[in-house]
Amino acid sequence: MSRIKKSSAQDDSFMFNNSPLQFKKKYCRFKKSGIKYIDYKSSEFLMKFVNDQGKLLPRRLTGTSLKYQRKVAEAVKRARHLAILPFIGDQLK
Amino acid sequence: MELKNYESVIILTPVLAEKQMQEALASFRQLITEQGGNIVREENWGLTKLAYPIAKKSTGFYHIFEFKAPGTIVAKLELAFRRDEQVLRYLTIALDKHAVLYNERRSKGEFNKPKEVKEATV
Repeated sequence: MSRIKKSSAQDDSFMFNNSPLQFKKKYCRFKKSGIKYIDYKSSEFLMKFVNDQGKLLPRRLTGTSLKYQRKVAEAVKRARHLAILPFIGDQLK
Repeated sequence: MELKNYESVIILTPVLAEKQMQEALASFRQLITEQGGNIVREENWGLTKLAYPIAKKSTGFYHIFEFKAPGTIVAKLELAFRRDEQVLRYLTIALDKHAVLYNERRSKGEFNKPKEVKEATV
């Protein structure tokens, strides 16, 4: 599964709280819940994969597998094209 | 020509009257059916706030067509979208089988849980 990379300097706030001490097993939420299609129209669902500046969250934080990360990225980019998600959001959550 | 599933989302400018909007939508509907496609489902989100202003407007009418059609229709449809100046933005995608299944379940109202849209197991 995803190795814990040493947290590089420019990581945003996510890296600080999940220090390796209380490391929880990361899993791909799509495989677990069996989601096959990620809808680009559901903004609440896509918000989970975007940080508060509207940028896509990396796999090492969300733990999603490569196949579904690509689907999430494609869905988010489509949502941005249709102004469902902003390109640069500010305090989105 | 074997029918494929498509879904196209268009954003119409908010400034136009209800009648004009219905006319524009009717023209697209007519274009789809006359090209040998059939519309499976339509959805209208009405006036919604855009995440960022498009053409100096911060709200728009979202309309979603889901239809089965031969492949040649997409070029014609998008040309019509491009030519019509009421359409601020459009996106047409081909749907795979998971997407079609998802849309059916979504139209049956299976996903809009009150708290948040949680995908049920497929």
